[in-house]
Amino acid sequence: MITMPPPDQAVLARRAEIVAALRRIVPGEGVIDSDNERRAFECDGLTAYRQLPMVVVLPETTAQVSEVLRYCLANKVKVVPRGAGTSLSGGALPLEDGVLLGLAKFNRILDIDVENRCAVVQPGVTNLGITHAVQGHGLYYAPDPSSQIACTIGGNVAENSGGVHCLKYGLTTNNVIGLEMVLMDGDVVRLGGKHFDSPGYDLLGVMVGSEGMLGVVTEVTVRILPKPPGARALMIGFATIEGAGDCVAAVIAAGIIPGGMEMMDRLAVEAAEAFVHAGYPLDADALLIVELDGCEAEVNHLVAAVEAIAGKHGASSCRASRSEEERLLFWAGRKAAFPAVGRISPDYYCMDGTIPRRRIGDVLLRMKQMEARYGLRVGNVFHAGDGNLHPLILYDANKPGELQKAESFGADILRLCVEVGGVLTGEHGVGVEKRDLMDTMFNECDLEQQQRLKCAFDPESLLNPGKVFPQLCRCAELGRVHVHAGKLRFPELPRF
Amino acid sequence: MTVLRPANAGEAEDMIGWAMAEKQPLEIVAGGSKRALGRPMRTDHILDLSALRGIIDYEPAELVLTAKAATPMAEIEAQLAAHGQMLAFEPPDWRILFGSGDEPTLGGALACNLAGPRRPRAGSARDFFLGFAAVNGRGEAWKAGGKVVKNVTGYDMCKLQAGAFGTLSLLTEVTLKVMPKPETSCTVILSSLADEIAIPTLLGALNTPHEVSGAAHLPQAAARRSSVEAVASGLGAVTALRIEGPEPSVKDRVEAVEAMLGRGDRLDRTASERFWSEAASVVPLLDARGRIVWRLCPTPNQAPGVVHAIGGELHSAEAFYDWGGGLVWLTLEADEAGADGGAGIVRGALTRAGGHAMLVVAPDAVRAEVPVFEPKSAAIDSLERRIKQGFDPAGVLNPGRMWKV
Repeated sequence: MITMPPPDQAVLARRAEIVAALRRIVPGEGVIDSDNERRAFECDGLTAYRQLPMVVVLPETTAQVSEVLRYCLANKVKVVPRGAGTSLSGGALPLEDGVLLGLAKFNRILDIDVENRCAVVQPGVTNLGITHAVQGHGLYYAPDPSSQIACTIGGNVAENSGGVHCLKYGLTTNNVIGLEMVLMDGDVVRLGGKHFDSPGYDLLGVMVGSEGMLGVVTEVTVRILPKPPGARALMIGFATIEGAGDCVAAVIAAGIIPGGMEMMDRLAVEAAEAFVHAGYPLDADALLIVELDGCEAEVNHLVAAVEAIAGKHGASSCRASRSEEERLLFWAGRKAAFPAVGRISPDYYCMDGTIPRRRIGDVLLRMKQMEARYGLRVGNVFHAGDGNLHPLILYDANKPGELQKAESFGADILRLCVEVGGVLTGEHGVGVEKRDLMDTMFNECDLEQQQRLKCAFDPESLLNPGKVFPQLCRCAELGRVHVHAGKLRFPELPRF
Repeated sequence: MTVLRPANAGEAEDMIGWAMAEKQPLEIVAGGSKRALGRPMRTDHILDLSALRGIIDYEPAELVLTAKAATPMAEIEAQLAAHGQMLAFEPPDWRILFGSGDEPTLGGALACNLAGPRRPRAGSARDFFLGFAAVNGRGEAWKAGGKVVKNVTGYDMCKLQAGAFGTLSLLTEVTLKVMPKPETSCTVILSSLADEIAIPTLLGALNTPHEVSGAAHLPQAAARRSSVEAVASGLGAVTALRIEGPEPSVKDRVEAVEAMLGRGDRLDRTASERFWSEAASVVPLLDARGRIVWRLCPTPNQAPGVVHAIGGELHSAEAFYDWGGGLVWLTLEADEAGADGGAGIVRGALTRAGGHAMLVVAPDAVRAEVPVFEPKSAAIDSLERRIKQGFDPAGVLNPGRMWKV
């Protein structure tokens, strides 16, 4: 288990005073301090980690957020921002001595600007809520994390959320064009807007994916896109994982970027088929679902091209959807893969590494060997187009030690991802979960540069501390200028 | 003037370490084609990265390319083209604009966060920047990001580096996401639309599912300067919409666009490529010789109003629109623009409309005094200075390039 920084006893001793001060800023029911009501906020989607926050604040205006942060800075109180709490990496895990700042009441759509292809929304609006608000204009918001019915756009900004369609349409970072945010000192700043790009450093780009550690977002301007006129899906079975992997590489090499390209291994296919009866081939070791979208001529052209590629790469079965119902049926199994695996195991632990696609064969083989070592099974669903793996480790939390075993297994899988040239997380974020693995990808100097950025935004390290970095930021130390002996290597250069 | 030429990243690290210890500011130059972009600088030393060139790893099926930072863009584009791929952000070539004969590089395109006509659909350099190795102003070698297309491990430091104009760290090695080159392309051109009609037309087209990947409007004077005959030969303005993709798809979508907007001329693939490369490189569509050149990013549907507000006060103003109005290139006669290069009027018009403007071409004296980049709020300005201070406390990397020191 990952340990969080020890609570500040001086802050805990002042709890009543802090709650009273926050009540003066956010009146009424916006400040929650009872045990019962705080319980609802004790964890996010990474449920193995739980902590009651010192107090929960649910502000309704940017001015309130600003005052809360200003108060917290003046009183050295830590702050954990929270959207819907669907993070799978513990990004919104509360702190015992911290204020949990929930943005749920920021739930309004402020402006739908069809002509400029954007919508201005408050951070508590759900991801799917944006699409619902604009779909009457034939538009939608493209990033589609699987939690999209519940997760908020503010949380998506914090985590740089992806989804099934991000190979073609990009992650959150490619689809957010403006933010209003509050800095830890209470200053309200606007980054970007309805226009393209921004002068100066790309602070908007830096904010997206910063896991709630740089500022609190109070308004988001998103790019909205015209909905593709049509889509068809192919369901392609392969006798081997390698065959499926080669087919994916060949599709991309042929210049085709599918709207979605997903792979499932035998365990995931069997579980999904038993659950939703999508007609998945049960004789296959790997199943690909490839979705082509666009105008009818393009979709039919690309379906034929992918069918030909699949045939050349030894597909054992290949079906193209002939109706919208059939397309949705092909997807039903993939979309239900997590709950389907949940039916065959008391618990599962979902991982999220990315690998170079060409390594999929060896990575799955090495995972099989680990299964034997840990005595736990793994099912795999895989955003095959962009190399983002979601191994699901099956375990039983009621068996003593099994959660710890699943966590160690998961850490080994992520180390393997890094070893083959990949990364620790493709879309779920580092949070608490992968914090202590950061040194497998980055050395101390690399992490110091990330902390330099953090220190420019939040020099007192009060925003969401204990996440992402294995060590708390040491801003004063990082700011010092060291002149290393031995750097003066250029005697031929003039001295002034 | 000393020119330091590191042979590898390790030497660059030592040289910056020296510069910090001795407080010797450096101008960072890769190919040098965009040295005139940003505020003019006077440093005693140039850090010339041209030896850091060459593609390190390119896996077409992974859509990932890693190269040393000063690899010439021409080499990158030739390698990609050989595998039917491209940089989707279409980095523009501004050599004629700056009167430079030097070689544009991959690192330069990233440091300036360039984007060409595909910007509204595809994004800019920052959207394809996956990872890098760099040296900060303290002489510390560091890396960030990864070599895969999907990665959220840690802060997105690529965004911080893209568009930082070499003021935070010196890029030594970069990794990008590349994309398949469309099988074919066709541009539909409409004639003689007034700006106020053309921009809403382009924005309407960008809102259709026909995947328009270029949306420009050339008022008459700009259109006449094109080397594409169908564009130059008309009497009036030219509005252009690019459609790219597989052959049967392009055919259908071109017909759909024409059914919606009326039948115009069509530019075939060759003419289309020539036209969009002209739009990206600005010259020849505008005459920049001896003139002041501004690059405006207004709220797209406000673009015609901005251009007309400026033209109402500065009669020498000439402009054309790209990105469906989201990008406006505007030139002014230097004398009429006055001591501030027209900044007061240009930025005044944008304040009302929303957006920002960069002073791209002007005499050194003007660019030294007028903020080249849009001025920012005090809170953002101090935040940016804290970031700069963290990465480059002695101010040795491109000092004064983005703001007055």
